[in-house]
Amino acid sequence: MATYEPIATTTLGSAASTVTFSSIPQTYTDIKCVIVTQEVASGSGLGENLLVRVNNTLPTQSQTTISGNGSSASSNRKTSQSYGYIKIPFTGSNWGLVEIDFFNYTGSTFKTYLSSTSGDLNGSGEVIRTVHLAQMTTAISNRIQFEAGSNSFAAGSTFTLYGILKA
Amino acid sequence: MSIRSFKTSSIKTGEKRSKFWDQSAVIVNGAYEAIASAAGTGSSGTITFSSIPATYQHLQIRCLIRCDEAANAYRDLRIRLNGDTGTNYNAHLLYGDGTSAISTHRADANTYTYITAGLDAYPRNLVTANVMGVAIIDIHDYASTSKNKTTRQFLGVDNNGAGRVFMSSGLWRSLSAINSVSIISEAGNWTTQSQFALYGIKGA
Repeated sequence: MATYEPIATTTLGSAASTVTFSSIPQTYTDIKCVIVTQEVASGSGLGENLLVRVNNTLPTQSQTTISGNGSSASSNRKTSQSYGYIKIPFTGSNWGLVEIDFFNYTGSTFKTYLSSTSGDLNGSGEVIRTVHLAQMTTAISNRIQFEAGSNSFAAGSTFTLYGILKA
Repeated sequence: MSIRSFKTSSIKTGEKRSKFWDQSAVIVNGAYEAIASAAGTGSSGTITFSSIPATYQHLQIRCLIRCDEAANAYRDLRIRLNGDTGTNYNAHLLYGDGTSAISTHRADANTYTYITAGLDAYPRNLVTANVMGVAIIDIHDYASTSKNKTTRQFLGVDNNGAGRVFMSSGLWRSLSAINSVSIISEAGNWTTQSQFALYGIKGA
């Protein structure tokens, strides 16, 4: 087994409201998701949020974020949520990039994960870093699902899951 | 697991409660290779990867961390290179605490004996059970003998209403190739839940 290897890739041929990786292999130390996406409005407008669901049980999630938008830096927090929230900056042919690192995803401690968002839009944009907590002592096993809220991920969005194995 | 443990009595260090590991084998496949890993012992606040081969272009360390100090609070994450306890380190940090974005430094000349990767960045032992800090440490061009060494860290901890997320850089003012990296808790010992993994990234 390689140290850092792709597990699955989903490329959207048409807009979709969810992308799911199921039956997550339990053989790695950490897993990492790399996402390039935009959202298209199918509801009341663009929320620009990518929602992260882990497992079928919807464990309590929380997060602390720092971000900069070219003018100022700020920090905010979410508590007692059912999802992790990751903002996606995008416009026109400028796509948002997200990397998510899940540590010790098969372990018995709560699951802490880091997300990194980059989106530069030629005059605006945002760089965002977030630490997330999912209060679950069981493994992330049956699902990592990305949801677009009331919107959809645009056709051409790519979602790749990697496994990282320690020595 | 391909590491061997050495007792501190067999190694000269200025550090108490140190443990050293020497990788005896390396998993080889692809450009990103696992070099060594270690778990916290509950009896040491330092994890050291030593005898790091100079055959990679870059290093990455991924950490899952918590210390056993009895308090409902958090501690600083520190990095020391080649066991150098001189005042040869600096750091700049940008972090968010859920309310404010803060920039600070540990850059005063000839003051710091380690890189400060994060301030109050992982839990002590009376923080909610099973909450862990995480960190990704990148050390680029670590084997160079003509450059001071710059590190990059992305780390944080969240506890549903408390927490911090960090981006930080570190400097070791030395031209020596890096052959050991120590991950040091500000106080207390790394719990047995803590995990550390060292990876090498090859150049072409």
